[in-house]
Amino acid sequence: MGLRALTHFRLSRKINRSLTVSFLLFLLLAVFGIFMALPLIFAVSNAFKPLDELFIFPPRFMVSNPTWDNFLDLAALMGNSWVPLSRYIANTLLITIVGTAGHILLASAAAYPLAKYRFPGSRALFTIVVLSLMFSAQVTAIPNYMVMSWLGWINTQWSLIVPALAFPLGLFLMKQFIEQLPDALLEAAKIDGAGEYRIYWSIVMPNVKPAWLTLLILQFPMLWGSDGGSFIYSENLKTLHYALGQIALGGIARTGVGAAVALILMVVPITLFIISQSSVIQTMATSGMKD
Amino acid sequence: MQANTTSQAVPQTVRGARTSRRALLWRELKRNKHHYVLLSPYMLLFFMFTVLPVAFSLLLSFFYFNMLEFPRFVGWQNYSRLLLNDDVFMIALKNTFLFAVITGPVSYIACFVFAWIINELSPKVRAFMTLVFYAPSISGNVYFIWLIFFSGDAYGYLNGFLLKYGFILAPVQWLTTEKYILPIIMIVQLWLSLGTSFLAFIAGLQTVDRTLIEAGAVDGIKNRWQELWFITLPSMRPQLLFGAVMQITASFAVADISISLAGFPSVNYAGHTIVTHLMDYGTIRFEMGYASAIATVLFGIMLGTNMLTQKLLRKVGE
Repeated sequence: MGLRALTHFRLSRKINRSLTVSFLLFLLLAVFGIFMALPLIFAVSNAFKPLDELFIFPPRFMVSNPTWDNFLDLAALMGNSWVPLSRYIANTLLITIVGTAGHILLASAAAYPLAKYRFPGSRALFTIVVLSLMFSAQVTAIPNYMVMSWLGWINTQWSLIVPALAFPLGLFLMKQFIEQLPDALLEAAKIDGAGEYRIYWSIVMPNVKPAWLTLLILQFPMLWGSDGGSFIYSENLKTLHYALGQIALGGIARTGVGAAVALILMVVPITLFIISQSSVIQTMATSGMKD
Repeated sequence: MQANTTSQAVPQTVRGARTSRRALLWRELKRNKHHYVLLSPYMLLFFMFTVLPVAFSLLLSFFYFNMLEFPRFVGWQNYSRLLLNDDVFMIALKNTFLFAVITGPVSYIACFVFAWIINELSPKVRAFMTLVFYAPSISGNVYFIWLIFFSGDAYGYLNGFLLKYGFILAPVQWLTTEKYILPIIMIVQLWLSLGTSFLAFIAGLQTVDRTLIEAGAVDGIKNRWQELWFITLPSMRPQLLFGAVMQITASFAVADISISLAGFPSVNYAGHTIVTHLMDYGTIRFEMGYASAIATVLFGIMLGTNMLTQKLLRKVGE
């Protein structure tokens, strides 16, 4: 007992840490932390600047008389547009929610057998998924467009949603996470007479909630930030990001509104991450590639 | 299942062995049918939108195809033109390699170093600093914030600052001057690049076995650098491998940032990358065969670099 208390005490004190080096490292962290945070703080502060502060020389970093003017201007602008703002929001929400929820569902359904069983083709399939992490989506952009046009999905939201369902990173992370669920849990369910689908749905899924959130936080910003790419050209199908991007492109006259737009676009994914951070870290601990 | 297999696999003749192996495979497939059912929706889409396009792109790179006429087979012509006759591609290649050589490793090391320092903090501060470093990579495509920093007039923040303190007398056109374009894109790319691998490192560091560190201290590890090299890095090898893949792939795929900061095409192609070159031919000139050759070269470079790095990283701490 005494020994355990002693080791416990040593654990809570850091071993092998010199104070000077710690100080220097934390200083480094602080400096780069400021570099990382400045543009975001600046984006927030800019969104609340009145016109005269946006164009002051020399430029001032922080806002001194915060105002909601930029947001009101944005609302007025969108109110006058041919397609109402709510439509853009609905489009983005549809793509983001269906794309993310579907991805979590399909990726975990595929990850469960890959993580827990060996069967003909299982190794090969997983290897292909890992290999596909090694190149980016731009490589397949052109044939993807042709596949979409054969399917007749050009200018429909399917062209954005369906490929997103099968992104490789989600399957990879989900598989690594499911792997460390205890086999005993699955065995017990099997003895109780549960079939594979039942096990997937009522044993695996509830136990991988942290991984759901991780897939969510990786998938969500990607779809949320989607501007429709080359697939969507009807104005009433365009996304919020596209619409807001068009306003921000209005140049000098739209500086303030552009800042409001930037704030709206970044606030949602960042909030999501704040909520899900601890689950995400828990999942990422299993993200490693084994030999 | 094991007993079942051996009793079945006793071969009398070669032919008998073959049929029994086929029967065995069939039985295996049948026994696992639920697993295939679970796999199939994902795999179907994955093959349709990832595997098939790669194969298709490879095939198309040997054709001349403009989306209107029927594709015409041209053999290696696209590749020879790309590698021997396309000066702009050479600029794109050079820029892409600069990204890969500079932002790739720098962002990878930054991901690890910052995760490593953050790991020493108390949980509350740790969560906060993780957010600070991770936020840029998920904050949507808001890197147009940087446009205001580097804006060419006196209202640009950098110009404003430099003018005020007398470093320069006239505003500098940061985003349209050749020599500044690439470094600026690199800075913004680095700012955005502490993403998935950074999280993986944060998480990996928290799972390093405390008793190993204790034991190491007893065995004569004297400072944090030794602890890092002998204990932390080897225990994190799986995350290090994963992070490398993420960072390498991202550093070869720079395009959006270049386009929104420096324009498309950028001045004298100063910010041109393989991906923007691909977009040029694929979405503007509609030379699909040629664009596919570019995509295939990029695919080869990405895959090759990743495999090589995996080989090297497996040696960490061995």
